[in-house]
Amino acid sequence: MTSEIDPTTLTVSLFCFLLVTGLGFLATRWRRPKAAYNIDEWGLGGRSFGTWITWFLIGGDFYTAYTMIAVPALVYAVGAPGFFALPYTIIVYPFVFAVMPALWKRAKAAGYVTSGDVVFGQFGSRPLELAVALTGVVASMPYIALQLLGMAAALKALGLQGEIPLMIAFLVLAIYTYAAGLRAPALIAFVKDIMIYVVVVAAVVLIPSVLGGYGAVFTSAEAAFTAKGSGGILLAPNQYSAYATLALGSCLGAFMYPHTLTGILASKSANTIRKNAMLLPIYTILLGLLAMLGYMGHAAGLKLDTPNDVVPALFKTLFPHWFAGFAFAAIAIGALVPAAVMSIGSANLFTRNFWKAYVNPRVTPAGEAKVAKITSIFVKAGALLVILYLPTQFAINLQLLGGVWILQTLPALLFGLFTKWFRAPALLAGWAVGLCGGTYLVWDAGWAPIHAVNLGSGPIAVYTGLVALVLNIAVASAVNVLVRGAGSARAPTAASGR
Amino acid sequence: MSLLILPYIGLLWVPLYDFREPTLFGFPFFYWYQIAWVPLTIVLIAIAYRSVRDDE
Repeated sequence: MTSEIDPTTLTVSLFCFLLVTGLGFLATRWRRPKAAYNIDEWGLGGRSFGTWITWFLIGGDFYTAYTMIAVPALVYAVGAPGFFALPYTIIVYPFVFAVMPALWKRAKAAGYVTSGDVVFGQFGSRPLELAVALTGVVASMPYIALQLLGMAAALKALGLQGEIPLMIAFLVLAIYTYAAGLRAPALIAFVKDIMIYVVVVAAVVLIPSVLGGYGAVFTSAEAAFTAKGSGGILLAPNQYSAYATLALGSCLGAFMYPHTLTGILASKSANTIRKNAMLLPIYTILLGLLAMLGYMGHAAGLKLDTPNDVVPALFKTLFPHWFAGFAFAAIAIGALVPAAVMSIGSANLFTRNFWKAYVNPRVTPAGEAKVAKITSIFVKAGALLVILYLPTQFAINLQLLGGVWILQTLPALLFGLFTKWFRAPALLAGWAVGLCGGTYLVWDAGWAPIHAVNLGSGPIAVYTGLVALVLNIAVASAVNVLVRGAGSARAPTAASGR
Repeated sequence: MSLLILPYIGLLWVPLYDFREPTLFGFPFFYWYQIAWVPLTIVLIAIAYRSVRDDE
């Protein structure tokens, strides 16, 4: 792929980026709270976001820049199995609808800001709180790094080589997140999502018309997979179980991440979350069409260094220069919203579940906001260092493990909402076994997320995160029977928050 | 609420839809079937939404 600088493309891109930067700084004044600045205001936007803001914020934060680059890249490389993101991002919403309003109510009533707060409040266990909080922070770091990777792909397509552009973009992001907290990504998400919608709609209408229609796109993709000897536009029967379990496991883990949970907790009401569960699937249509860009790459006969170049190369080849600039800006800006929310989610966890729990239990609400603001900068700097100094594959492998790990916090975070049966030591044992077992299985499979499970009728391929979750729940249940038998009392629910 | 089980069955039971025919606007069945579950799921959640609306 060529990467000379085209003046029109670059100018349009820079203009869009400057516009959004201005918006980021404007966010410090947008919906500014009357009360003193505390972590509820900085880290959750004062829990005041209604249906529309929440829709843009969660959409902008869940369908990320890395998604825009990686999903079409996977489809380009392997075909139909890469589409598991489509069922995943449909079945996640009935789950959100059924579960998250209950979590929101509990958090609002007791003033919880993070998953660690919820767990400590329900079980009164510092070790379990630490386990959940630590998992959240560790799983977020590679995720932020991958957003920067998505941004780097867009900058590379603009012809901006080297590390300086990425560092400038990072600096801008860090400063306005520091100043405005969750209000900054919430405000930017409006612009970002509208830009992405325009780009994707243009791509899915325009590109097939140039390439001879969708029928031709699928035909040439299939021919390319046949020529390559691997992949295809349909699944093979031995891929069914992997496809379904990847979709289900990703769905269960998706809203355990600090950034998605932050979007949920920042909502104004439980009803806002229900309405969003109903309206957010609209983004999934976009994702499905975006994934098709992988096939269009074959139809356009692109020659690529890496599958990650498929989307930038398509835009560059088939769009007019000015529109390519708009599209690359959309991807780069698309990285800002999730990276900001992820760093805020991690900063909230650090502040509430490390700083307040172990360093300074008497920290004031204003002090909490200050700690969180500073932490958000360290978190982003960490992710930047990962991208600059470690091989890309390292971040991708860590992200894979992060997905398995975050899923192991589900029992501790959710089971207490629906039953009073589980005790903290049991959930902690389940978490530890799920985490270690899952990590071993991913390593054992050579850093692949799929493992063969034998249920009597021959081995079937299953998503490792789901295997580890089953193990986790089984161990938690068994240990729970033992600790209850030993007469351990349930910790009192801390009803009045922390 | 029990209607919300349907998307899980419809999408996780892969042998149900891993076919080429019938195509729609050039899309093999595998693709348009899954995309069709988006509006279907919205409708199912809307029905569930009406039934739990008054719980606040």
